[in-house]
Amino acid sequence: MSAVAMLPDAETERPLLKVSRLSHYYGARLGCRDVSLDVYPGEVVAVVGESGSGKTTLLNCLAGRLTPTAGSVEFRMRDGRLRSLFGLTEAERRLLARTDWGFVHQNPAEGLRMTVSAGANVGERLMAIGDRHYGTIRATALDWLARVEIAADRIDDEPRSFSGGMRQRLQIARNLVTRPRLVFMDEPTGGLDVSVQARLLDLLRQLVADLGLAAVVVTHDLAVARLLSDRMLVMKDGTVIEHGLTDRVLDDPREPYTQLLVSSILQV
Amino acid sequence: MMDVDVNEAGLPRVVVSDPAAGFTPLSNSPPQGGRGPVGGLGEGGSETADLDGALSPLEGESGSGGEPPREGALGAVLDDDATLPTYSFAYLDEQTKRMIRRAILKGIAIPGYQVPFASREMPMPYGWGTGGVQVTAAVIGPDDVLKVIDQGADDTTNAVAIRGFFQKTAGVATTTRTGEATVIQTRHRIPERTLEAHQILVYQVPIPEPLRYLEPRETETRKLHGLEEYGLMHVKLYEDIARHGHIATTFAYPVKVEGRYIMDPSPTPKFDNPKMHRSKALQLFGAGREKRIYAVPPHTDVVSLDFEDHPFRIQSFSQPCALCAAEGVYLDEVILDDRGGRMFVCSDTDHCEERRAAGHRGALSGEAL
Repeated sequence: MSAVAMLPDAETERPLLKVSRLSHYYGARLGCRDVSLDVYPGEVVAVVGESGSGKTTLLNCLAGRLTPTAGSVEFRMRDGRLRSLFGLTEAERRLLARTDWGFVHQNPAEGLRMTVSAGANVGERLMAIGDRHYGTIRATALDWLARVEIAADRIDDEPRSFSGGMRQRLQIARNLVTRPRLVFMDEPTGGLDVSVQARLLDLLRQLVADLGLAAVVVTHDLAVARLLSDRMLVMKDGTVIEHGLTDRVLDDPREPYTQLLVSSILQV
Repeated sequence: MMDVDVNEAGLPRVVVSDPAAGFTPLSNSPPQGGRGPVGGLGEGGSETADLDGALSPLEGESGSGGEPPREGALGAVLDDDATLPTYSFAYLDEQTKRMIRRAILKGIAIPGYQVPFASREMPMPYGWGTGGVQVTAAVIGPDDVLKVIDQGADDTTNAVAIRGFFQKTAGVATTTRTGEATVIQTRHRIPERTLEAHQILVYQVPIPEPLRYLEPRETETRKLHGLEEYGLMHVKLYEDIARHGHIATTFAYPVKVEGRYIMDPSPTPKFDNPKMHRSKALQLFGAGREKRIYAVPPHTDVVSLDFEDHPFRIQSFSQPCALCAAEGVYLDEVILDDRGGRMFVCSDTDHCEERRAAGHRGALSGEAL
């Protein structure tokens, strides 16, 4: 039974993340412009577009890693109130980032501590929120490693000795251990070969469904967006040119650029 | 009595002469013959102004040690008779000592917080206690009695050299007796004898940042301290248990000071950590190369980090000191020959000597070594 089904209806009907008219400029250069977006609990939103279209800038603004030039990002806290991300103190924002949020980087080395063991990587967030019992931390770490299909005997190995796919799975476990409500993913399958990609996508779909996660996934890979997301945004030159249900956008693209994107998919 | 020279830049150079303190600059081998105060701001002073009382902040510092302000602790002694070779009391010029005292006061006000300070070049290499020496120079006065230990011993190179340095530059009395000292500079040990309220313990610190090896960016570690994000510190302890089955960190064991800042107690053995907890003595930490000063005021909570199911434990020894039969003290292993002979003796040499003077005898104390 998915967590979404257990939530009262009113909870799922109110957006978890509310973005209005967000713009970010790097000096005179445009990052992204005038993006509005709501993310509801349990929903996966994909942001697609070619590289340089402003996807990652948008994601970083949503996750509080960049301060937008204009516009607002609001997040519904556990008490049900919608609060502006940039009205929070840095301490509150960082607490949010390690409890209610996850951030999966394209390059696992950015999201992991490469010099400490896999178990400590998973346990770090628990220790950061005050867990001081080694036994329970380790048991939780083992449980999460099993969920992301990493063998239990690798728990004391450093991620340096892991393959790319394992590292990515470990990064996901590290992020999900505190049961976040919202996960940001930047090209989660980038740089992985196709079979590994397929397994990772499978895993992500399962976790998202099991935990009732909301997620914002940035990807240039339309297949990833189709498999993972409920809705999608298509970005070009920093603006959102089309958005809608994933199946609708991919099966019936309206904008010429989206049509080009969809028709560019390699057919094997 | 104090005079201030004002140089061309308009910056005052404080020159203090205090014959009552009973110190006269040594005529043999002054470090800076015939020149102004070492590190002074210039030579071209002509105007003088009375700045009596301008250096008063020091009194607060002594006060927090639970003692009356020490007379002449400021202690700069300089002869401004240009014909005599002169230099500042305790080597550092007065402005530098004031700067260091400000950092110390701030450190005392925020226990465990690393205060940046403008560390000076000292006539010794980094890693030999430049931070500790600067802190000692800033707090020592003519009436103080100085003890310097290096790994608990009074007779090792570092300890002898630093003791000699202050004998020469400050003319203070020195001792090897923990009980008699008012200022104790230490490298990597805390004396076995419980310190009292009138004593100051000055630590030499190589790396003040406890999070350094987990997070190399100083900008980030400062933020972690500021936001009290200390999950990372437990990651290190977790790694210890995962690898060794117990917390294998035996020195520089991280502590939480007054429920707020995580602090590196300098590379003292974790055996000494409990001695820091609510110590009556003021504890000051100086890191010269890293340019940081921090402090633990008297009666402050100092708690070693641990896990609920892996509590903090100090080292224990299976046998007593071979010379003085002391138990419950930190022991050094001494190799006696090349056939596996060894003995364990007190790391705190003064403690060992005092016990032997009081008639305690260990298993090997009768043998010629």
